[in-house]
Amino acid sequence: MELIKGITINHYLVFSAILFGMGAMGILYRRNAIIMFMCLELMLNAVNVTLVAFSKVWGQADAQVFVFFIMVVAAAEVAVGLAILMMLYRNLKTTDTDVLNKLKF
Amino acid sequence: MEKLVTLIPLFPLAGFLYITFFGKGLSKGFVGGVASGAILLSFITSCLVFSTQMHGAHPTVVKVFDWITAGTLNIDIAFLVDPLSSIYLLFITGVGFLIHVYSIGYMHDDEGFSRFMAYLNLFVFFMLILVLGDSYVTMFVGWEGVGVCSFMLIGFWYKDMKNNDAAKKAFIVNRIGDLGLILGMCILFAYTGTLKFDELFITGSSGSGMPDDVSTTIGILLFIGAMGKSAQIPLHTWLPDAMAGPTPVSALIHAATMVTAGIYMVARSSELFASSETASQVIVWAGILTSIMGATIALTQNDIKKVLAYSTVSQLGLMFVALGLGAYSTAVFHVITHAFFKALLFLGSGSVIHGMGGEQDIRRMGGLKKYMPTTHATFLIGTIAIAGVFPLAGFFSKDQILAVAFEENMLMFVLGSLVSAGTAFYMFRLYFLTFHGKFRGTHDQEHHLHESPKTMTIPLVVLAVLSIVGGFIGLPHKVGEAMHKHWHWLDHYLQDTVVMPMSDMSVSMEVWLMVLATVVALASIYYAWLKYKKRGELALEDNQIKSDTHKLLVNKYWFDEIYDRIIRKPVDVLGNALNKVVDPKIVDGFVEGIAKFSGEGGGLLRQIQTGHLFFYVLVFIIGLIALLLFI
Repeated sequence: MELIKGITINHYLVFSAILFGMGAMGILYRRNAIIMFMCLELMLNAVNVTLVAFSKVWGQADAQVFVFFIMVVAAAEVAVGLAILMMLYRNLKTTDTDVLNKLKF
Repeated sequence: MEKLVTLIPLFPLAGFLYITFFGKGLSKGFVGGVASGAILLSFITSCLVFSTQMHGAHPTVVKVFDWITAGTLNIDIAFLVDPLSSIYLLFITGVGFLIHVYSIGYMHDDEGFSRFMAYLNLFVFFMLILVLGDSYVTMFVGWEGVGVCSFMLIGFWYKDMKNNDAAKKAFIVNRIGDLGLILGMCILFAYTGTLKFDELFITGSSGSGMPDDVSTTIGILLFIGAMGKSAQIPLHTWLPDAMAGPTPVSALIHAATMVTAGIYMVARSSELFASSETASQVIVWAGILTSIMGATIALTQNDIKKVLAYSTVSQLGLMFVALGLGAYSTAVFHVITHAFFKALLFLGSGSVIHGMGGEQDIRRMGGLKKYMPTTHATFLIGTIAIAGVFPLAGFFSKDQILAVAFEENMLMFVLGSLVSAGTAFYMFRLYFLTFHGKFRGTHDQEHHLHESPKTMTIPLVVLAVLSIVGGFIGLPHKVGEAMHKHWHWLDHYLQDTVVMPMSDMSVSMEVWLMVLATVVALASIYYAWLKYKKRGELALEDNQIKSDTHKLLVNKYWFDEIYDRIIRKPVDVLGNALNKVVDPKIVDGFVEGIAKFSGEGGGLLRQIQTGHLFFYVLVFIIGLIALLLFI
């Protein structure tokens, strides 16, 4: 099924999978908390792309509503996360997650 | 008219609630007035209800509301008005009212005055529910309610641990009986499908549809309930200890009303008991043994209230003998006369205790006649009434029980006559030691001696009058018929409610029995007079008692000690064993094992928490992939 001429649903899924994988890898391999945050957004948006694509395929708007929810929640989450990072940086002068390893036994 | 019956228990309940919630700042006189007034209103209403029944109204069930509806079991809160319940109403509220008035004087200096009055009202409420209830279940509500009130009133002076122990004992011993009652009700329901009195006994026919062994089982189980409430062997031990409560409580609960609930229940179920020979035999034997035991112990007791307590136990035994012999109306007759004279005697003893400043030992009394003339006169009337001298109340009811025994079971007649002889003796021993001779108390007590206030003496006088005339509601059958047809009124009145025995005694036989009973009573009284008045003998001090029989009686046949040995000790030993082995090793071991398991499991698991985000995310993603793959 073609959404735009020559571009099928599979293109979107592959694109979204690549985007998601990039995000996941970024979270796994980067130390900088801000970069990790950006990767997290990448993963969320990969999901958004899938949702919009499917919404178009099935001709139903429900999924698009989800997308808006995800965007709003992500924005709120980023606001809180960045605030936490600000405080961390002010106190520790770093955002390196290897240094932030106090949360263990 | 019957609708009024709903009001009867409501008055005491209202009194109880009012005193409990608003009684704090009120004066003692006002609280006493409210409490007595509530019972007086009940009494007046009871009289109205009673008069309709006396003029031949049919038994009526007045439904108040639905209570339990479960499958085929339908229990309403409903009141059954019939001759039996209405006559019980009359003497519960009547005697109850007098005792309330008396309490105003007796408890006047007590700090818990309004609490006491509230409890008394609550007790009367439950007692009325007990006799009015139209089914075993509703009756059981009252049955338990009076038990709770009895518990609260025995332990009324809760600052003394002894009183609390007595209260607990009464409550626990009664629970044993209640278990029998509950089982009896369950079996009865299983076989008949109903627990309502009118369906079981008045309109329906019980017993006929039941196999003999079933009605015997039900009868015996119900009787176990009655044993607890009415203090029959082997569940009698609580009643003498219950004397720890204030004296009006002993008069109201442990002489006149609550302890007769067992007799009420058996009389109510008379059709059931009449259909089972074995159950009736059990009742007769339990009754006569209790009666003999009570009378013999009372011979040696020196606490004025204990003597009366054992006398109550003994009289209750006689009532059960009557029940077991099938003379249900006679038992009710004795309940009524007993309520009059035993309430009188208890209130009289209360007046004596009041005058003596709390002393209860008759060895420290003596010669009270000249200090307390009203108490003395009324106490003497009560004593003559219980001793069974013509023509006071106790004579007729006791004579009727003996007459029934004479016809049905000669052995019971002989034993019953011995008990009456004993009764006359110990009561007059009590009377002579208390009111005659020289005063044996301390100088302070003698100085303090005084007649009790009017609120106490007036109830005594009223009860004394009732003790004199109360017997005329039930003259012996043939004698009554020969004199006037209304003179064995009680039997007439109850004949449709309870099963009636057939009597074919002649007038002369009945007269001879009456003469014999009087002679026996007078002989015992003469002996008591000879021993305690003429020769002036005194009760022995505890350390002077030499003979083994005397020791046996003073120690109440060692019942408490035996129970202690065969029930409490083994339970103690078992408890200790469990405490030493099962509790620390098994129960604690299990609980501590769980704690240890979580502790060590947590210790292992926390190794995973490295604090490295990389590791967490990796596990998270692997988990996600695994999840997706599996689904």
